[in-house]
Amino acid sequence: MFKGKSHKFGDDISTDLIAPGRLFHLRTNLPELAKHVLEDADSDFAKKVQAGDFVVGGKNFGLGSSREHAPTIIKLAGVSAVLAKSFARIFYRNAINVGLPVLVCDTDQITAGDELEVNVGEGIIKNLTKGINIKTDTLPKAMLNILEDGGLVAHFQKHDGFKLD
Amino acid sequence: MKQTLAEKILSRKSGQGVKAGDIVVVDVDVAMVQDGTGPLAVEQLKKMDKEQAANPEKTILFIDHAAPSPRRELSNAHTILRDFAKKTGSQLSEAGEGVCHQILVESHVNPGDVVIGADSHTCTSGALAAFATGMGSTDVAIGMASGKTWFRVPETIRISVSGDFQKGVYAKDLILHIIGLIGADGATYKALEFGGATIDKMSMADRFVLSNMAVEAGAKVGLIASDATTKAYLDSVGRGDKFIELAPDLGVEYERAIEIDALKLEPTISFPHTVDNTKKISEVGEVKLDQVFIGTCTNGRIEDLRIAAQILKGKKRHPDTRLLICPASKKVYLEAIKEGLIEIFIEANAAIMNPGCGACVGVHQGILADGERCLATQNRNFKGRMGNPEGFIYLSSPATAAASAIEGKIVDPRKYL
Repeated sequence: MFKGKSHKFGDDISTDLIAPGRLFHLRTNLPELAKHVLEDADSDFAKKVQAGDFVVGGKNFGLGSSREHAPTIIKLAGVSAVLAKSFARIFYRNAINVGLPVLVCDTDQITAGDELEVNVGEGIIKNLTKGINIKTDTLPKAMLNILEDGGLVAHFQKHDGFKLD
Repeated sequence: MKQTLAEKILSRKSGQGVKAGDIVVVDVDVAMVQDGTGPLAVEQLKKMDKEQAANPEKTILFIDHAAPSPRRELSNAHTILRDFAKKTGSQLSEAGEGVCHQILVESHVNPGDVVIGADSHTCTSGALAAFATGMGSTDVAIGMASGKTWFRVPETIRISVSGDFQKGVYAKDLILHIIGLIGADGATYKALEFGGATIDKMSMADRFVLSNMAVEAGAKVGLIASDATTKAYLDSVGRGDKFIELAPDLGVEYERAIEIDALKLEPTISFPHTVDNTKKISEVGEVKLDQVFIGTCTNGRIEDLRIAAQILKGKKRHPDTRLLICPASKKVYLEAIKEGLIEIFIEANAAIMNPGCGACVGVHQGILADGERCLATQNRNFKGRMGNPEGFIYLSSPATAAASAIEGKIVDPRKYL
């Protein structure tokens, strides 16, 4: 269960907007890279975000590169989950692998600054500010297993391989 | 059970008949990372105390994104990859060798292979009927060390293309048209399967362009059946004995099927800042250019450089427009030298770059100034892509790029052909 404030972004937030190529040299220094997270989409985001907050996007969140640095620095910045109308495939799988919950829902029902409460396992999103519940799909079983184990590294070590069903 | 190409390859690999939606664990034939994603992969393996490669001959670490290194932090990142390669016996592709996806098809990937790469354009190898897909550092790290990975078998969108291209229209125009048609998320999670009479007649170089950009429509893989053209390509790179024929079953049902008449296509441009923001050349209007860039894993092959040289021969770039040319690999570079193409480019006042990815990904070489416009043959034009969120990137075929470099604005290449 997570509780926090929403930070709203539009459609097609690319990995170049989340972790720009011009900061390529910071990829081996993730805490430093995290200070620039989503900078090209919202220059103040890294300063505004507080532990537990949510990133809320439109459609096709995370399109582009395979750089796992993108979900990793969103998590490092303290974000508890990303909610979007849809996700790009590689970002979605990377997010689960690094232990960042990602949920598909109608984000038109969330505005910037709304207080949200999210139960990932049960797929329940409450918009406390608006007093509404927002429907979401639960994660596919294979991915929920990985997320619940704390990401892919922990999952693989725990089961000495993949345990997906 | 009739199968799509994706289902067929994954059935072969998993030893069971699979269908879309199934979850399978399969052996990995080729695993690769590059200098942007590799250091994090190595770090994950260190964390797991698993610094090893299950198949060192087919585990490849590429130094291509920041190559040669433009700064200290990146030099140190390269050292991490060199050390890992030495320790595990994995293959290292050094600065100057070229772009990972080009080298994978030249030297490593065969039909029926499962290829995982920590780079989104790993789907390029799908043109060789390999199940090749981009993943993150941790997924590939575990694939490298254990020799296994997991997939959900994707549903397939079939793209059937018939008819001949008009003069001046190329595979790049076709794939930009397709992405414009279905959208940047139109194939999210799906397999794109390209086929039909036009694809059957296409060269491997053109097929690589289609598969390379499948991810720009959100696809997991961009697959093309293997045939006589595939065999001839494998023969040319010394791997003819690795050829196997793989094709979807006739009459298989696809989730969606799209028919395209190649004859109706025009040279096509993607406008900033998304790849699906496409316009036909006749709709472009006046777009002045500060830079033109011909290269990358999409369109930096010898066939692309030949087309550009044909247009640029005896001409100069526009004085206000920089022209950057980057062969995709050492092999392509050498061929371009032997054929006299590099001389044509230099006489046209182009800057020739060392094979690599730096300009396309915004790391070094060709970073745009605020407000500048660049026409590039690469696969992406996202805001910030070429190192500056205040820059504007347009995408085209090498022919359109070369013609536009001469005039200093986006122009129809057909008058130069």
